Amino acid sequence: MISDLAISTRRLRKVFGDKVAVRNLTLEVSRGEIFGFLGPNGAGKSTSVKMLLGLVAPSSGTAAILGRPAGDVKTRAKVGFLPEHFRFYDWLTSAELLKLHGRLYGISHAELRRRVPSLLDRVGLTPHRDKCLRDFSKGMLQRIGLAQALLNDPDLVFLDEPTSGLDPVGRRLVRDIIKSQRERGATVLLNSHLLSEVEISCDRVAFLKEGEVVETRELNSSLEEQTGVTIRATNVSTDAVAALQALAGYVRIEGEHLILSLCSTGMLPQIVRCLVEKGAEVYEVTPQRLSLEERFLQIVGSDGGL
Amino acid sequence: MGVWIMAGVTFREAARKKVLWMALAAGAGFLTLFGTGLHFQVKDLASQSINPVLRREIMNTMLTMGLYAVDLLAVLMTILTSVDALSGEITSGTIQAIATKPVSRWQVLLGKWLGFVGMITIYIIIMVGGVNAVTYFIGGVTARHLLRGFVFMWMETLVLLSLTFVFGTYFSTITSGVLALGLHGIAFIGGWIEQFGAITHTQRAVNVGIVASILIPTEALWRRAAFEMQSPLASAMRMSPFSNVSVPSVTMVGYAGVYMLAALLLAVRRFGQRDL
Repeated sequence: MISDLAISTRRLRKVFGDKVAVRNLTLEVSRGEIFGFLGPNGAGKSTSVKMLLGLVAPSSGTAAILGRPAGDVKTRAKVGFLPEHFRFYDWLTSAELLKLHGRLYGISHAELRRRVPSLLDRVGLTPHRDKCLRDFSKGMLQRIGLAQALLNDPDLVFLDEPTSGLDPVGRRLVRDIIKSQRERGATVLLNSHLLSEVEISCDRVAFLKEGEVVETRELNSSLEEQTGVTIRATNVSTDAVAALQALAGYVRIEGEHLILSLCSTGMLPQIVRCLVEKGAEVYEVTPQRLSLEERFLQIVGSDGGL
Repeated sequence: MGVWIMAGVTFREAARKKVLWMALAAGAGFLTLFGTGLHFQVKDLASQSINPVLRREIMNTMLTMGLYAVDLLAVLMTILTSVDALSGEITSGTIQAIATKPVSRWQVLLGKWLGFVGMITIYIIIMVGGVNAVTYFIGGVTARHLLRGFVFMWMETLVLLSLTFVFGTYFSTITSGVLALGLHGIAFIGGWIEQFGAITHTQRAVNVGIVASILIPTEALWRRAAFEMQSPLASAMRMSPFSNVSVPSVTMVGYAGVYMLAALLLAVRRFGQRDL
């Protein structure tokens, strides 16, 4: 039976010595979904991806990709992977690199003769097909890495910081490639620090902090959800703030302004009532959708998790 | 299939990075120097009225000396070229793009191992063959059992290669190299202690040498190779430091074969289990 889930993990944990890299990762990603992994440095994003790919063995918990246990050799034929810092034998030309990876995927020579030029064209490296990788810039290496991740028309693609080292044209290329994977029905797991990229490309994101998913969020949901609210009010007692915290979870005070995040604007009357009951005078209530960046900063903190 | 793809790319890497060509160019320089020295030796001996048997034994000793140098070069070549194969790719992350392909890790490791075996085999064939050809054409002598000698020298490099691979799955490149060379150093000194122990009939010194050979049987394989290749008279006369007084047994050769396989299996096992 074909699983509907492209990725499924349960209580996945990885400990390196006395350092917990991934604390407790429970995650489900459906087939065809473009899923973003967000989190500060050291949140365990790359380690999680490596566990899913079988590069790193979990200390405990289970992980499955495309319905098979993570690390299953045969399943890898349907998986593409762009590592965070793509490096390969620098004495190979870009065409040779793709042929080698194609052979490792089990693709025939005849099929590779067709796919390699088209992929080189797709990532804009046709003029450099006979150039050795040692003469490539960081951006060009990233492009050829992207091409090798797509060689096998994968059902599931892991892209770990795909836009690092890329100029705006390259970033646009990554976006287009992700879009075309979506159209093909492939699942993409995107690790990125560039929140705007994630916001544009992904259907759903998971925020990771200290090796745990602290929140998952639909990105194409209606404005009713995941709303930020700015309230201008005076006479706000600590009691009132505590009551708001119980309702909203996140409350920040900036002078006369209270900044809250709510699951839904439907909660607004309740919030206002609560404030008035606690003796506050409310002048202005402005709901606004929280940008991914604001939410990221709320979760991670201004120190970036360092 | 994955094994042969990896073997091919490893071999091509040696050729493309000019490792093999440079080694062979250095080897050609070595053979030229060796041939020149031998040529003058032969000329000088011809001008003296020297016993033909003694003349022949001098040539044989020169041959063994040349092969001894080739053995040392092959040992260094094996360790230096292969020491970065696993640890370097693990450190740089290069291995990640390979290990996520539908190829088992044992295939990746075995393929790399075979690629190096191919390269080292070519090197030893050319160098052992070259030294023999030079002594044959200039001095008129050749190794007694050339093929057997070649096989034992070849086995010696395979033992070292497998051991270097084991270290490469545990340690950094530098540490792996230091360990492999250090262990060969133990075998080397152990071999000499055993030789002198045999000459002076000191059994406990011989035992020290045997323990060193059990720890790492590389030098034992060279001494068996030297025994097979030099003339019986040279051995009997104990006229050179290469004469084998205490010859490693066939059991020791068998042990070396098992040792090599065990090392290779340990490397496969460790590489299969470790995080990349």
